[in-house]
Amino acid sequence: MIPERWFTVGIWAGLLAFALVAHAIGEAYWVTLATRAAIFAIAGIGLNLALGNGGMISFGHAAYFGLGGYVVGILATHVQTYVPIYDGLFVLEGTQSMLVTWPLAVLVGGLAAFVVGGLCLRTDGAYFIMITLAFGQMFYYFAISWSAYGGEDGMSIYVRGGFPGVNTLAPLPFFGLSFAVLTVVLMLVHRINASPFGLALNAVPSAAARVETVGISTKRLKLAAFVISGMITALAGALFADLNRYVSPAMFSWTISGEIMIFVILGGVARLIGPVVGAIVFVTLEELLGGLSDFWHIYLGALLLLIVLFAKGGITGAVVRPARAVPDG
Amino acid sequence: MTLLILEQVLNGLQFGVMLFLMAAGLTLVFGVMGLINLAHGSLFMVGAFAAAAVAGATGSYALALIASAAAAAFAGVLIETLVIRRLYARDHLDQVLATFALILIFSEGTRMTFGSFPLYLDVPEMLAGPVSLPFGIQYPLFRLVLIGAGLAVAAALYLLVTRTRVGIQIQAGEADREMIAALGVNISVLYTLVFALGAGLAGLAGALVGTLQSVEVGMGEPVLITAFVVVVIGGIGSIQGALVGAILVGLVQTLGAFLLPIWSTAVFGSQDAGAILSSMLIYILMALVLLVRPKGLMGGAA
Repeated sequence: MIPERWFTVGIWAGLLAFALVAHAIGEAYWVTLATRAAIFAIAGIGLNLALGNGGMISFGHAAYFGLGGYVVGILATHVQTYVPIYDGLFVLEGTQSMLVTWPLAVLVGGLAAFVVGGLCLRTDGAYFIMITLAFGQMFYYFAISWSAYGGEDGMSIYVRGGFPGVNTLAPLPFFGLSFAVLTVVLMLVHRINASPFGLALNAVPSAAARVETVGISTKRLKLAAFVISGMITALAGALFADLNRYVSPAMFSWTISGEIMIFVILGGVARLIGPVVGAIVFVTLEELLGGLSDFWHIYLGALLLLIVLFAKGGITGAVVRPARAVPDG
Repeated sequence: MTLLILEQVLNGLQFGVMLFLMAAGLTLVFGVMGLINLAHGSLFMVGAFAAAAVAGATGSYALALIASAAAAAFAGVLIETLVIRRLYARDHLDQVLATFALILIFSEGTRMTFGSFPLYLDVPEMLAGPVSLPFGIQYPLFRLVLIGAGLAVAAALYLLVTRTRVGIQIQAGEADREMIAALGVNISVLYTLVFALGAGLAGLAGALVGTLQSVEVGMGEPVLITAFVVVVIGGIGSIQGALVGAILVGLVQTLGAFLLPIWSTAVFGSQDAGAILSSMLIYILMALVLLVRPKGLMGGAA
């Protein structure tokens, strides 16, 4: 049993050290795996804010992940074909600068989360889960039927987007960028958790009536958290598109929503570092078991089942000394 | 044009009754046990594969249909006693995660057993070919039989729930779980029974839909998610709501996919806008229902 703060810093530093060592011994593929884990972790942190802190069980976060990816993919496609996005009163060109594509991905993810969240928060409980799942599927079919942007085939990005002063094409600098984004997101969520907004949000799952009683609208609180959650997951999607240099409707599929949820659950719900642990474990399992058997998801399913039935706090919950009472769920 | 629309209405009805077979199980299980079951799509798939295997071995479509319902009901009893039973008292998050884990296990297990290539179920010769309807419509007999069979199952389910002892117990279970247990009904057996009933219906739907399309791993989840839309529109826990929702979704989806591209070609000169809009139509319908009646058209308390 170790204090949560040490564990958090240890995991953060461990991921960084792994990538640096892998680079030093010339294992570029391992650096890419660490990048993949960092990006999945960001997506998980986004979901954790809604699911862990706000108690909103969204089974549709693939929507924001996919939207983030599609913003990058669409902007890159216009660069590659030299066709402006809009050519009328003014000319709007595509771009591959991450300084533009990332904020735009975050913006689009936030807008979608605002609309979807606003509708879903009219209900709760099982309805909320089914509706988020259904809206996630809507984006999936939307992407499939949008033939102008690849339809079922998706879009290839010939060259990874650029960032000033960074050679994004090499594995280590791109890992560095992703890891920097992960760090910023972790710090942001840490600040949110300590802010009045975060404290009130954390109280919503266990004591919604009390939060209302002190004059805070739980609905607005939850919607705000849902929007921030969607924005963070969209940012992860944008990074994922740059990592793979390819986006497809598969980014919107319900299995992605399930996997993002697995990152959160494996690692530990409502823990800052939980999704990072979950993402690292997921990528490791994917690599180890995926190498052993084509059917590694069956083992993932068994592991998830065991964790849900017998180990509710996830990995972080098992390792970390409880600092405070953690509400159920 | 009118004839084509009439044909699409029939297609929509047929899609709707198949959705009802899925949604009925979901809504029953939620209503009685308070459980949200993502693995319902896996039971649909189990039914389809069982039918394909039995049809391949015996050549009998009737046996294949019986096998689909039986295999799915058996799989339902199996997962209910091993896993699902432990989830009734848990929160929805645990239920979603555990049943998601079951999907992974079922899908990969099926892929290991049957491989990744789709299987095909042939329409039985007796039901193959078109049939002439009034107004000169030529319509596939098999689809017509599906509509009839689906409506018959709906009627049988209605009679089962309202007219039989088990049905009354199911209704009582929806209203007050503790009380019915206190009155001496073996609640644990009742739960298993309800779950098996829902599973059997899903398996049957899997075999019937698998005959129209193909039988493959992952076939259940898109249907499951559409069935969720049905349940949300109809109201969770209401079988009548599931029927109304299923027919509504079936018609809107089918007619939208037929009419919107025609409309968009006429207005914009391209099918794209119509195709995109029609892919989103049932979700827009769901959003509208949520705006007006957040608990669904026929829903009470969730």
